[in-house]
Amino acid sequence: MNRILRRNVWHLLLIPLCLVWVYPFVWMVSAAFKTPKEMLLGGLSLLPDDATLDNFRRAWTTAKFSTYTANTVTFSVTVVVLVLLVASAAGYALSRPGLPGKKILAAVLVATMFIPHGYTIIPTFVLVNGLGLGNGLLGAALAQAGPALVVPVLLFMGFFGGVPKELEEAARMDGAGYLRTYWQVMLPLAKPVIGTVALMNFIGAWNAFFVPLVFTLGSPDLRTLGVGMYGFYGQDTTDWTGLAAAACISVIPIVVVFLFLQRTFVEGIAGAVKS
Amino acid sequence: MTTTMERAADKAPARERPGRRPGRLRKHLWSYLFLVPLVLLFGGFTIWPMLASWWYAFFDWDGVGSPTEWVGLANFREVLASDAFWRAFWHSFVFSLAAIFIELPLALILAILLNNTWLRFRNLYRLVIFLPVVATTAVIGIVIAILLDPAGGLVNRILLDTGLVNEPVNFLGSTSLALPTLLSIDVWKGFGITLIYWLAALQTVPKDLQEAAAIDGAGFWRSLRFVTLPVVTPIAIVILLLVFQRSLNTFDLVRAVTEGGPDYATDVVPTYIYRYAFDPSLQAPRYGFASAAGVVFGLLTLVVTLLQAPFLRRRVNA
Repeated sequence: MNRILRRNVWHLLLIPLCLVWVYPFVWMVSAAFKTPKEMLLGGLSLLPDDATLDNFRRAWTTAKFSTYTANTVTFSVTVVVLVLLVASAAGYALSRPGLPGKKILAAVLVATMFIPHGYTIIPTFVLVNGLGLGNGLLGAALAQAGPALVVPVLLFMGFFGGVPKELEEAARMDGAGYLRTYWQVMLPLAKPVIGTVALMNFIGAWNAFFVPLVFTLGSPDLRTLGVGMYGFYGQDTTDWTGLAAAACISVIPIVVVFLFLQRTFVEGIAGAVKS
Repeated sequence: MTTTMERAADKAPARERPGRRPGRLRKHLWSYLFLVPLVLLFGGFTIWPMLASWWYAFFDWDGVGSPTEWVGLANFREVLASDAFWRAFWHSFVFSLAAIFIELPLALILAILLNNTWLRFRNLYRLVIFLPVVATTAVIGIVIAILLDPAGGLVNRILLDTGLVNEPVNFLGSTSLALPTLLSIDVWKGFGITLIYWLAALQTVPKDLQEAAAIDGAGFWRSLRFVTLPVVTPIAIVILLLVFQRSLNTFDLVRAVTEGGPDYATDVVPTYIYRYAFDPSLQAPRYGFASAAGVVFGLLTLVVTLLQAPFLRRRVNA
């Protein structure tokens, strides 16, 4: 009895902590459904007196959040596809035994992990403009994906290195070449790594701010949700409830995606930390 | 990181027969083809920018055309003499200190608690604490700014109503409070990911080792001190570096909440660089100067990382 009591006492600490922790989100969702008038009066109630979807309508059309959502989806999917293709191929090649030069390449990758982004942004910007991708989401996606490759490459390299050699030998006996072995034997095996890398980079790209901000300075129509949110704020008259609705639009999809895939995510990070 | 060490062993047999180069090259042709995309993308967007920053830093350049006006070390001299730069660097460093000395230990304590299988709802708790990590920084910045608003913001209303303060607190608008406020938000936002790192690290502690300690009569504290912490230490160093690296990249939150203000009280190096290179209100961007600031920042980061090395090595051996 005493033991049960002692164990449950922790909830007295954890429940208030969690309530404070999620409060900003609860407040945000509540404000998104309030009328501007109720917001102005500033009641503390979290349940709107007379819930309205008007704020969402305004954010979606007037404030162009439909465009921003489409841009964010395009940007994030491009980043994920780029990272998956490049990192899985490189990880496979680097897992081959006896490949000359791979030690150096892996060392360079690890060493650049700690480079601050503020250091590399200017030449990246110049390069993207030089490639003629200046005012497009592809340029921003390349700039986002390039530095994000390190951890995925190391994850794929570790995974493919741990696959038993017999499997590949069997594939070769059956007449599969390098490409086929990679595409039809190894990649399907790597599903857990693919899931982790995809989710980590999807969250990263969805929330990215620095790179999309810099790359869409000249073209407001290409803004992503994070950048669009920021542009909303600080104008002369701020539409608070519209802002809250816009905030919901940019946060809720990613939270839902995370809720469905959280197991993969947590296990993936666990795997990455362990190795 | 251990993988690089293991690879060295693989390479050894290949070195024994240096005479058979062409055959080896053909054998690995596909592997090299598979590495081409990585070399292009990573080379173009990480390695090249690192080198090019050095080159640009020697020019007075507004980003139009190619850099032609060589100014030698003038940009570096200006950066090093700039009080604003050093203040921004100090603020970036303070973000690291808060992450390492506040977030890291608190997350470990919570991870030890949430790692207990007897604790009910522990998955729900983890999820709730992870929520700010997934949420967009710009959104968090704006919502927090509204909640902390001195004129009618919720936090101030509660503080006033309960009589804790007599007049509204200007959390983000006062030069003395803005930085601590931002630091707290940053800890809140990043806490979940650090918690997950620690939970992952705690999974590596072998169950039988803990059971053996319990049979030998070790209580919670002794088991923590002599079993859990020693096993976790090597991973802890990786976590420390990850957290350090994230804190140095603080940009989004500062940009979204205070833009470095008031009066540059919350300016960090990335916002400093951004201001000189990309700020839309700028007459002419100063790419050369901003590059020099980036190079100095990169070098200082390297120095700080290396300064930690002997301390870290001692911890591993202890």
